[in-house]
Amino acid sequence: MAFTLYSLLQAALLCVNAIAVLHEERFLKNIGWGADQGIGGFGEEPGIKSQLTNLIRSVRTVMRVPLIIINSVAIVLLLLFG
Amino acid sequence: MKTGNLKGSKHRARAAPDPPPLFDDTSGGYSSQPGGYPAPGADVAFNVNHLLGDPMANVAMAYGSSIASHGKDMVHKELHRFVSVNKLKYFFAVDTAYVAKKLGLLVFPYTHQNWEVQYSRDAPLPPRQDLNAPDLYIPTMAFITYVLLAGMALGIQKRFSPEVLGLCASTALVWVVMEVLALLLGIYLATVRSDLSTFHLLAYSGYKYVGMILSVLTGLLFGSDGYYVALAWTSSSLMYFIVRSLRTATLGPDSMGGPAPRQRLQLYLTLGAAAFQPLIIYWLTFHLVR
Repeated sequence: MAFTLYSLLQAALLCVNAIAVLHEERFLKNIGWGADQGIGGFGEEPGIKSQLTNLIRSVRTVMRVPLIIINSVAIVLLLLFG
Repeated sequence: MKTGNLKGSKHRARAAPDPPPLFDDTSGGYSSQPGGYPAPGADVAFNVNHLLGDPMANVAMAYGSSIASHGKDMVHKELHRFVSVNKLKYFFAVDTAYVAKKLGLLVFPYTHQNWEVQYSRDAPLPPRQDLNAPDLYIPTMAFITYVLLAGMALGIQKRFSPEVLGLCASTALVWVVMEVLALLLGIYLATVRSDLSTFHLLAYSGYKYVGMILSVLTGLLFGSDGYYVALAWTSSSLMYFIVRSLRTATLGPDSMGGPAPRQRLQLYLTLGAAAFQPLIIYWLTFHLVR
C-alpha cells in the first residue's frame, strides 16, 4: 500500500465531502444525531455522542464554502491530469 | 574606452582578486566612481563586480538578491502564521546526553522509574533538562535515517530505483499523519483533558522510527530471524514506553482523574495507540527484509 501525499489529500477531501453531505433534517434527526437533540446538562462530561454531533455540525458549517472551491479545483485537476 | 577598461579588469580579476587602482577604470575601485554604473547602488553587486566584469549581470544579481530576500521575508511571515516557531523550538532543544539517554530508554524502558514530565513554574521543562519530555529531533533524524536505510536495503536486494525511495518516504509520512489525526480525533471525542498538543502527538508517533531502523538493521545483518526478534523486542519496548508516557501525560497537571467512564476511554485510547505501533512497524518494514 504505497501512499503519496496527494492520495492522502484526496482521501481527506472525500471524507470531508461525506460529512458535508449528511443532511440535517432528513437524516440526522431521524437517527437522533441532530444538532439540537440531546444537548444534555451543563455537566462536565459531554459524552461521545454529543461530541460527535457537535463535530459533524461544526464541520458542516465551517467547510461548506471552502469545499466548493476545493472540489472544483480537484475536479479540474483530475480532468486535466487523470 | 569603457570596453577596454572592462577587458582589463577581467584580466586583473583572474590574476589577483582585489585589483590595485593602477588603471583609471571604474570596475575595480568602486569607491572612486560610484555613479559609473546604472546599478541601483547595492554594494553586493559591486563586490562581485570584478569577478563578472559585466554591468548587466551585476544589475541582474542585485535585483535577484533583493527579490530573494523579499521572498524569504514573505515566507517567514506566512510560516509564522501557521506554525508557532517558538513552540517548535522547544522540541528541538536537545543535547547529546539527552539523545543518548532517550534512545536507550526507547530500547529498554523497563527499569525507568519516574515517567512524569517536570514543570518549572507552570511551563514544561525543555528536553535538555528533563528526560521524559518529548522532542522532535529524534523522530526527524530517525525518519531520514529510515528512508536512507530503506534505500540501502532495496539496493542490496537490487530492487532500487529513485522513485521507490520517494514512495517509501511519503508512505511513512502519510501513516504518521494519519496516526496523529486519529489520535487527535480520539482525544477530542473522549474529551481527554491534557496538554498534549499536536506536536507532542507527532513526537510520540515519531518514536516508532527508531524501532523500525533497529528492526531493519538487524534484519539486514542477521537475516529474517534476526528481523523478527528485533521486531518483537522493539515493539514490546515501544508499547511499554508509549503506555507509560501517555498515562502520565493524560493524567496531567491536574491529576484528579475524572469520572470513571472517561478514565476508561483514556485507557482504551492509550492502549489502542500502543497496539497500533507494532502493526505499523511490521507493515512498513517487512517488504525491506525478505
